[in-house]
Amino acid sequence: MNKLISSVSPHVSGKRTTQNIMLDVVIALLPAAVASVIIFGWRSLLVIGVCVASCMLSEFLFEKLCRRENTVLDLSSVVTGMLLAFNLPVTIPIWQAVLGSVIAIVVVKQLFGGIGQNFANPAITARIIMMTAFSGTMTAWVTPEIADVVSSATPLAAAAKGNKDGMPSYLSLFLGTHGGCLGETCALALILGGIYLLARGVISWHTPVAFIATVAVMSFLCGKDVLYQVLSGGLMIGAFFMATDYATTPSTKWGKVIFGIGCGLITILIRFWGNLPEGVSFSILLMNILTPYISKLTQNKPLTGGVKA
Amino acid sequence: MKLHGIRVPHKKNTAECAPVRMAVPASVTIPMSMHIGKPAKAVVKRGDKVKVGQLIGEADGFVSSNIYSSVSGTVQKVDEMTASNGAKIACVVIAADGQQEIFEEIVPPKVKDFDSFISAVRASGAVGLGGAGFPTFIKLGVKDLSKIDAVVINAAECEPYITSDTRTMLDKGEYVFKGIEALKKYMGVKRFIIGIENNKKAAVQKMQALAAQTDGVEIHVLPSVYPQGGEKVLVYNTVRKIIPKGGLPLDVGVIVINVTTLAFIAEYLETGIPLVEKCVTVDGSAVKEPKNVIVPIGTPIEALIEGAGGLKCDPAKVLYGGPMMGIAVPSLAEPVLKNTNAVIVMDEKEAKPPKTTPCISCGACLNHCPLRLDPRAIARAYKLQSGEDLEKLCVDLCMECGCCSYICPANRPLVQTNKLAKIKLREYAASKKAEQEKEEK
Repeated sequence: MNKLISSVSPHVSGKRTTQNIMLDVVIALLPAAVASVIIFGWRSLLVIGVCVASCMLSEFLFEKLCRRENTVLDLSSVVTGMLLAFNLPVTIPIWQAVLGSVIAIVVVKQLFGGIGQNFANPAITARIIMMTAFSGTMTAWVTPEIADVVSSATPLAAAAKGNKDGMPSYLSLFLGTHGGCLGETCALALILGGIYLLARGVISWHTPVAFIATVAVMSFLCGKDVLYQVLSGGLMIGAFFMATDYATTPSTKWGKVIFGIGCGLITILIRFWGNLPEGVSFSILLMNILTPYISKLTQNKPLTGGVKA
Repeated sequence: MKLHGIRVPHKKNTAECAPVRMAVPASVTIPMSMHIGKPAKAVVKRGDKVKVGQLIGEADGFVSSNIYSSVSGTVQKVDEMTASNGAKIACVVIAADGQQEIFEEIVPPKVKDFDSFISAVRASGAVGLGGAGFPTFIKLGVKDLSKIDAVVINAAECEPYITSDTRTMLDKGEYVFKGIEALKKYMGVKRFIIGIENNKKAAVQKMQALAAQTDGVEIHVLPSVYPQGGEKVLVYNTVRKIIPKGGLPLDVGVIVINVTTLAFIAEYLETGIPLVEKCVTVDGSAVKEPKNVIVPIGTPIEALIEGAGGLKCDPAKVLYGGPMMGIAVPSLAEPVLKNTNAVIVMDEKEAKPPKTTPCISCGACLNHCPLRLDPRAIARAYKLQSGEDLEKLCVDLCMECGCCSYICPANRPLVQTNKLAKIKLREYAASKKAEQEKEEK
């Protein structure tokens, strides 16, 4: 007679694993990846490949070095790599893309304890560091290969300068055929991915809806073109993919709503009154920092009834 | 407000299997502790002849329960055994003669009023058959009967696999309503609510048909969301009241009783035969033919499985009860207990524990806890051994339903941590109390 297994209940578990959640995110990012190749050409694929590979490799090597359990197979580093690539201009020098990946994985994620422990979104933080370090190459926007506009400025940069001629049409904004980071321009692809994540239950609607609605309402109140503001910049990728990151955002429903509203407000502040044309990255990073406080504020109240001593 | 829960696969393979009576096993091992409270005291000795329904263990103290022989035969030994939780408990081993002669002194109890009703329930050896095993006479023995607004009859049966309560409703539905009549007559209860999950259509129909002929019985058809049958969850979903922490359903004017327990009491009032046999669902990936069987209490699991048609392959894990809250038994020699409603035998594949990976802070645990606890924060507080934090996080409220562990994509052993955290909290509370007393002196 073989020995019976003894363990604490429950004796069954659900089908969800970290790996298949991350796989879902990768799948959700694929339409935007395809769009980037169509819009900006094959170099997008090279940048995405380089970022994914260097994220996976730096995760593998760092964990080896620290004798931590290897987590490359959970695919979270693939997600980080894709998101980072999506936040870079297609012309980015390869060595800078590699450096950005190492910063995302080693500095922002692993040094804080690895998956689930980092307080800031690795891809966003790495992007911001790169923007500060390589401001030239990080804003070297190129004209899309299939563009209908001549200007290579991003829609928001054009709008900030009051450059009416440089402003693309709504359709162009929706399809992403304008200047910008390689994965952030095609709103259509990102919304498709977002819907997939919602349908699969990977993310909840609270953050993206609160984020996008805040931007829309504030743009309206400030007398700006609402649709233009919503469709341009990194709002879609930010709202669906970055502001919904598990470790760095609140877990409760109201926490997510507050987080989304906060992101929307900061985005608007930066876009309309700041020196930068775009503020999605900064808004998410700043809200990441506030996450522990929001979590504390919106903690679930245990159902204790009228507590009896 | 809606309570959270999870969707689990129902696997009610045996819902249509009317229970079959199994051949009497060669011997039964009857533990003296099959209930919450003090173990019963064995009142037989080696060599004694016993018959079905004869007292072999007498309730010792208030919170305890009588135990009766489930077979006719000879007491082989009064021994000590290791229960599934590791505790040493006394047990009576009886060699069955296969005759199943009924003890001649058995007569239907004479019940005239509340007190004699409670004595009868006490004498029946009834305990919570849904799994908890709390002596039923204490639950029903309410001092102030006017406090009872309603009796909630728990027929949710939310665990996967188990169908023994479903069979009670289908095969002994009349007894459920006779039980209701008894509670009306002797306890003056006017409102009854039967809570059933909507995946038991036949049982719902039968209960509705019977309820149509009875005053004051409501059938609440509940969504099949686990843990619908958890006491706190069921009370909230039927009467919309939250049982206070550390309190009882009676604090919100409710008594919750399992449907099979109620039917058994009604049957006992008619026949006088105490709790000696159980309908047990035998199922799981290693079982050849899943079915419901009626077996004497004390039947070794090995004999139960054999009698139910045997196994397809070597068992890897065997459970008392369902896969969400069931207890893994250490060996196949463990007996069927009063509160055993199912025995689940898993093959290696089903029993294989999932790989635990680091927490990704997804919040699934805290967004699925019916009692709105934060298992992630509890795990952190436990790691830091902070009794203070555990107290704030109300870990003592946890009913160990298993939603958090089930839903966790990292497969963290959250229920296990909660159990450990509860022990830590008890230690902390005790030391805090001791310190306070010291200061007062």
